[in-house]
Amino acid sequence: MIIRKRLTAGVCVLLATLAAGLGTALPAAADEPPSALSPKVELVLDVSGSMRTRDIDGQSRMSAAKQAFNDVLDAVPEEVQLGIRTLGANYPGDDRKVGCKDTKQLYPVGPLDRTEAKTAVATLAPTGWTPIGPALLGAADDLDGGDATRRIVLITDGEDTCGPLDPCEVARDIAARGIHLVIDTLGLVPNAKIRQQLTCIAEATGGTYTAVQHADELSGRVKQLVDRAAEPTITPVATEGAGSCSSAPELKAGLYTDRQEIGKHRWYRVDVRPGQELRASVSVSADRAVDNDYGVLLRAVTTHGREIVRGSESGTGRTDAISAGLRYPKPELDDVDGEEPPAETVCLDLGNSFSAPASVKTTPGMPVELTIDLVDGPDDASDVAAFGLGRGWWLLGALVLTGLVAGLLTGWISRWRIAVWRTN
Amino acid sequence: MRTTRRNRLGRVCAGVLLAGTALLTSAGAALADDPSASASPADDEGAGPTEAGTTFRTATPVQQEQTATAEASTGDYLYWVFPADAGERATVRAKVTLPESATRHGASTWQVDVYDGLRRRQACMYGHQTRKAAPDANTVELSCVLRTVRAWSEPWANDPLPGSYYVRLTVVDLAEEDLGLPVRAEARVTSVDKGGSHDVDGTLSEPLVPGASSVAQAVSGDSGDDERPKAAPGSEPEDGWTSGWWTDRWLWTVGGGVLAALAAVFGYNLTRGRGRPSHVPPGF
Repeated sequence: MIIRKRLTAGVCVLLATLAAGLGTALPAAADEPPSALSPKVELVLDVSGSMRTRDIDGQSRMSAAKQAFNDVLDAVPEEVQLGIRTLGANYPGDDRKVGCKDTKQLYPVGPLDRTEAKTAVATLAPTGWTPIGPALLGAADDLDGGDATRRIVLITDGEDTCGPLDPCEVARDIAARGIHLVIDTLGLVPNAKIRQQLTCIAEATGGTYTAVQHADELSGRVKQLVDRAAEPTITPVATEGAGSCSSAPELKAGLYTDRQEIGKHRWYRVDVRPGQELRASVSVSADRAVDNDYGVLLRAVTTHGREIVRGSESGTGRTDAISAGLRYPKPELDDVDGEEPPAETVCLDLGNSFSAPASVKTTPGMPVELTIDLVDGPDDASDVAAFGLGRGWWLLGALVLTGLVAGLLTGWISRWRIAVWRTN
Repeated sequence: MRTTRRNRLGRVCAGVLLAGTALLTSAGAALADDPSASASPADDEGAGPTEAGTTFRTATPVQQEQTATAEASTGDYLYWVFPADAGERATVRAKVTLPESATRHGASTWQVDVYDGLRRRQACMYGHQTRKAAPDANTVELSCVLRTVRAWSEPWANDPLPGSYYVRLTVVDLAEEDLGLPVRAEARVTSVDKGGSHDVDGTLSEPLVPGASSVAQAVSGDSGDDERPKAAPGSEPEDGWTSGWWTDRWLWTVGGGVLAALAAVFGYNLTRGRGRPSHVPPGF
């Protein structure tokens, strides 16, 4: 048993090493076409006129950003494909229509040539408007393709005044494309409106918001975010749950994403063979402003509608997600006529009890992450205690007393028998 | 079932053997074998990860007795994941170093939540799970003492089971102006071994480590393969999961049996008096 565990552990280590080896092998092959799995990051930099303001450690916002970019470009992990996009860099005029389209890819997403990228950044001068929405859309297109993790790092000092395109809605739509894109935002000005807009963008895509006050914070944070993109993660598979079990998609073990609207149910189906244990966990992310109290319910139901087991959770207050999980060990069945007993179809019913103020759009739905695991069934307990063994002084006392009584009785009985034998 | 039955038989045999050995070598030595005793190699002391994940999926693995640190922004959700084995009662401690009070605009409330491998929220028996930091405070310290991990529980129960545990650290209430300010977070998990009184019958075939199959999916693109790795790297305790057959109940039970036998011999002897009366001639 132990040997088997060790073996499994050994296999794990081996695989981990292999995976790590793969990770480090990638940069060596940087000249070759980049792998579909190498993470992509696009830095989106605001080059609007307001970046001229000198309020970050006595230097202008633009020079702080440039300095940060230089630091970051030096430290980008080899496997990351990095691109740079600017907004408001080219049109200095007053025409709002033109100014609000002013976003351009400065450096294409791909294997990084540090000198080239740095030169490109050095040419930037604060110029125009702040079209965040179009810039995000552009960045999402730049990062298109491949199956890797994607991250946009947005650095800005102003709110999007371009309208009617709300950048927050844009971010949510991008997230709903199901391309695992995270937008992290960095605000250079502590202003309530900017903060609101940037936190909304970050929240919508599962990203983070940082208020930058010092130049070193800026470079440190951007480096951290780029490194985060390089962390190997598992890419979930997109699925779409149905409104009822009969039409639900059939899932195997794995990691899935879906979208769920407030108040709607999502059904999935999983085949569980006798002797297997189904493990399902789900989290629903609150990617928009929701009311203070919320919950999630995950039920495992037979095809006939009988509930087997449920996992539920409710919460209150600020949160990123709410999650629940369940286990369903299907008992072992004996083989019939030498044939394996058939697998049971278990329906998973996901419901949520989020609510949102009327002003909040409910479509697209909230992101759902679903993990399905199928493992061997547990070794069920036949007793409360391990192997039915006893423990404690009461047990010892009872055993000793029993032994003593047994010994005495045996002794007396044998004496009595000898006495009877003698008298006869 | 066939395999589990065999496993169980193996467990029992091993247990009996071990109990025998333990008894012969006057016990105690076996305790050193106890796999759930948390190992803390001196060279590894405190050297934890310096990052934190931002979702369940990207949670940074950390071992018990390690201190994980992370630079973050106020409002981030920081996730770490640590393994806990049967019989352990884990304590999660977190410390947040707040931004300079001059830049802050009010009090903030911080919270640490713990979720198990099925992402079920786990209750804190005691500890400061949520704490309010005064506007002029420099740090806030949180703690959460979890229930003792059981080797098995019914599927309808929410009992803590061996496997991964997620720690989520975040601010739950703050002045809106303070969002995004830099903070430094620290988390450390320790555990005590609660011993045989918490050893229950039954075992899971696999600890509750999520996404085992997804790891395989990502590595080989094939989820149907039975020879897939059973755990994500870093999700296992340093000395592996306990196999589940050792419990000090073996010592108590076997020891009780021996004492009972001794007591029986003693009781028998009592009824025999002090051997043959001296006045009875031999051969009578």
